Amino acid sequence: MNLRRDVFQAIADPTRRAILLLVASQSLTAGAIASNFDTARPTVSKHLQILTECELLEQKQSGREIYYNINAKKMKAIADFIEPFRQMWDDRFNKLESIMKAYKKPE
Amino acid sequence: MEMKTKTEAEDGRQDLFITREFDLPLDLLFKAFTDPEIIEQWMGSKVLKLENRKFGSWRFEKKDASGNVVFAASGVIHEFSPDKKITRTFEMDNTPFGVQLEITEFEKQTDDTSRLTIHTIYESCAKRDEVLKLPFSQGINWAHNRLQEIVGKLK
Repeated sequence: MNLRRDVFQAIADPTRRAILLLVASQSLTAGAIASNFDTARPTVSKHLQILTECELLEQKQSGREIYYNINAKKMKAIADFIEPFRQMWDDRFNKLESIMKAYKKPE
Repeated sequence: MEMKTKTEAEDGRQDLFITREFDLPLDLLFKAFTDPEIIEQWMGSKVLKLENRKFGSWRFEKKDASGNVVFAASGVIHEFSPDKKITRTFEMDNTPFGVQLEITEFEKQTDDTSRLTIHTIYESCAKRDEVLKLPFSQGINWAHNRLQEIVGKLK
């Protein structure tokens, strides 16, 4: 539960969300990620650290460089988090729709 | 599979949006939210009270087979504009989730379709996330889980 909350704090920040979007399609070094932002490099590093601690990002050493890529499993956990809630409302609304359709055309 | 119902809960915010397009004319959609008998059918809760007017109050309850209340919620209606908008408060009994403000808007799309938007505002970001963590998936709602808890204790 606590770990989850941390994940949500991690993605609460717009810069961190932007970072996740950037690395969603390709692995990038810290430098390459930072070059996409006007923010100071240490700030970006801090964001990368938080995202890594929350296991949203994974680090991979390649030669002298460290590449960051997204942890798809963890990202899925976030999407799943609201899905049951959405599903519940979808079920209810489907029911509402069929009830009212029947109501519209009484036999 | 098409997702007809969409939820939007931005991170770090204390509110969320639920939107849905219905293959129903606006007046029928609105009726589904204001007629107690119809609400009971799709919500699965008993409507004990529903005063569809400004400053009217409402109360829903759900009981298990033995008659124990497993879910109860109530609130006050702040705005009631037919075929347009219902603003109300929502609070579940015996839960730590606090009171929610619900702004429900009804819009005509075509003669046969309509759109619903529910904007829910929670006391805090943390409370919103707590509510979202309720185990909806196992049953229709939290009530089922309470039920399981109670039944579990009886064993």
